[in-house]
Amino acid sequence: MTTTNPPAAAVPVTKSGGDRPNTAAGRVRKKLSSPLATGIAIVIALFWSVPTFGLLISSFRPEDDIKTTGWWSFFTDPQLTLDNYDEVLFGGSASSGQLAGYFINSLVITIPAVLFPMAICALAAYALAWIDFRGRDWIYILVFALQIVPLQMALVPLLRFFSQGVELFGVQLLPAWGLSGEELFIQVWFAHTCFAIPFGVYLLHNFISELPKDVMEAARVDGANHPKIFRTIVLPLITPVLASFGIFQFLWVWNDLLVALIFASGGGRDTNPMTVRLAELAGTRGNEWQRLTSGAFVSMIVPLIVFLSLQRYFVRGLLAGSVKG
Amino acid sequence: MNFDLADQADKFVMLLGGLVAFVVLVGGLLLVLDVIPTKLAERREARLAAAADAGVPIAPGAARGREGWLALGFLAPALLLLSIGLIFPAIRTTVLSFMNGDSTRWVGFDNYTWMFGQPDIQNVLLNTLVWVLVVPTLAATIGLLYAIMVDKARGEAVAKALIFLPMAISFVGASIIWKFVYAYRSGEQDQIGLLNQIVVWFGGEPRQWLLEEGFKLNTLLLIVIMIWIQAGFAMVILSAAIKAIPAEIVEAAKIDGTNAWQMFWRITLPAIRAALIVVVVTITIATLKVFDIVRTMTNGNYDTSVIANEMYNQSFRYGETGHGSALAVFLFVLVIPIVIFQIRNIRKQRSEA
Repeated sequence: MTTTNPPAAAVPVTKSGGDRPNTAAGRVRKKLSSPLATGIAIVIALFWSVPTFGLLISSFRPEDDIKTTGWWSFFTDPQLTLDNYDEVLFGGSASSGQLAGYFINSLVITIPAVLFPMAICALAAYALAWIDFRGRDWIYILVFALQIVPLQMALVPLLRFFSQGVELFGVQLLPAWGLSGEELFIQVWFAHTCFAIPFGVYLLHNFISELPKDVMEAARVDGANHPKIFRTIVLPLITPVLASFGIFQFLWVWNDLLVALIFASGGGRDTNPMTVRLAELAGTRGNEWQRLTSGAFVSMIVPLIVFLSLQRYFVRGLLAGSVKG
Repeated sequence: MNFDLADQADKFVMLLGGLVAFVVLVGGLLLVLDVIPTKLAERREARLAAAADAGVPIAPGAARGREGWLALGFLAPALLLLSIGLIFPAIRTTVLSFMNGDSTRWVGFDNYTWMFGQPDIQNVLLNTLVWVLVVPTLAATIGLLYAIMVDKARGEAVAKALIFLPMAISFVGASIIWKFVYAYRSGEQDQIGLLNQIVVWFGGEPRQWLLEEGFKLNTLLLIVIMIWIQAGFAMVILSAAIKAIPAEIVEAAKIDGTNAWQMFWRITLPAIRAALIVVVVTITIATLKVFDIVRTMTNGNYDTSVIANEMYNQSFRYGETGHGSALAVFLFVLVIPIVIFQIRNIRKQRSEA
């Protein structure tokens, strides 16, 4: 079994060093456009970073300072404290944020809601790409098309499915799930998994269908069946794109507000993720900046770490999902 | 310190349960798919051998049928979840949009006439239109400008990361960041919001930005947040497309003496047209469904609501499922032409390639 051509990276990222300024025209062009272009680029970059930077600085300033002076006065009068973080994470009063618990909720929601779609989508994408059966193209088109159904179309009926079961012409076909407290996590996992499938299958199918055909055929000739091929050949090969889907799904679930508001809010403190709590703090106590600024950063820290350390895969996923169409 | 990890035990038990369920379901499925066909194949082979001994002809095509069952096994979880989570709900929502608030009575097109008749809701639709016109245009333009300007510049990676970073932040987090920029304190006090401080530095009066309904100013200020998030996405895609332009073409154009302006309009833009369309379409769809920003910033007050936010309010706060469903269906209808347009483009691209 020889892998003649390794699976082409889904991205046409070519680092062409084509722009050589040593041609006369190139030098002129560089001179004409560079200072202005650089200037605009710096302005844009400042505009993009300053709001976040301001919030970061504020989150470390003492409460009184945040509420009375702008964060830029930090540079003339630097005062730093970790009190805001301590209070917003571990504070005892009901209004303090109590984000530590919500942070755990976010984790508990996110981990299974990332793993399930990864496995289910990989299986489905493999079947749609490499198992020969009737109606394959139609099923793929259906799954692809479902990407455009807005979440809003599914919310009310799905909530009823959980709370009332399935009833058809007066006959109870499926019972209500009747979940409460921590059990509501199951609902959230279920909803996130459903909603992730169309995009996941599409993204993974793009990649899996381009694996070299001879590898598959060689394996079949050697007597491997589909589950074995999937486990031993396909899974290792698609790890990069599986990772990029995982990051997508992670950011999407961690940052989600809508699904959590509808499927998790019944459990209150026990099930709501941080986004719900932060939106609550922003709404009812919109002027408690010491909580909002530090709270926002607590909620950002995990996705930022994931994002910065795995940015390469994330970008690859973006490009596979959109440029290739 | 008022946090006890022991209180969180129930959650971790749930998490553990979820992980066990994951291993059991996925592992079990693979095992079943692996073992059963193998067993069946062994049996069949034995039967075929027996039949061959007896001289009976073997029916062709039997293998394909087995593949079908196997494929169903691979696809079953995805198809089941899609049916429960998207297909039936979407149909159901369409049906509900023709029923009254608590879904007990048919009302025909009442919900739709309500949607287009109420001044409040008309304003919601108008706001959504403003969002959809402004966000994709500006996000794509800024993303493109930036991608061109930092292309091959020193520190390109860092410069790009700065713009791209907001993609990792939740819409709620982004809203808080900008709420802080727009924060207002009355005239005599020091300002804490950057925007008002800048206004004051230039000798102006601080304003309550999110209450300014004139010229849809507050809606536009919310739109800034969405642009801030989406421009990074546009920049990454367009930058990759720019880098994929063959170096020979660029070189040839330079030798012919094209200036930067001509280069942009005659070479760069046509070459990245396809990527540009993808960016605009993707951002448009995301913008149509924008919910978190509006909810966190104003909760739809002061004339800033959009369809997705209004749908949530009608269905889940006022219990007007009919109204909410009609809004959801309308949202779906708005997305369809965009998607058809995109599919057509992809087809054209394929046939050209």
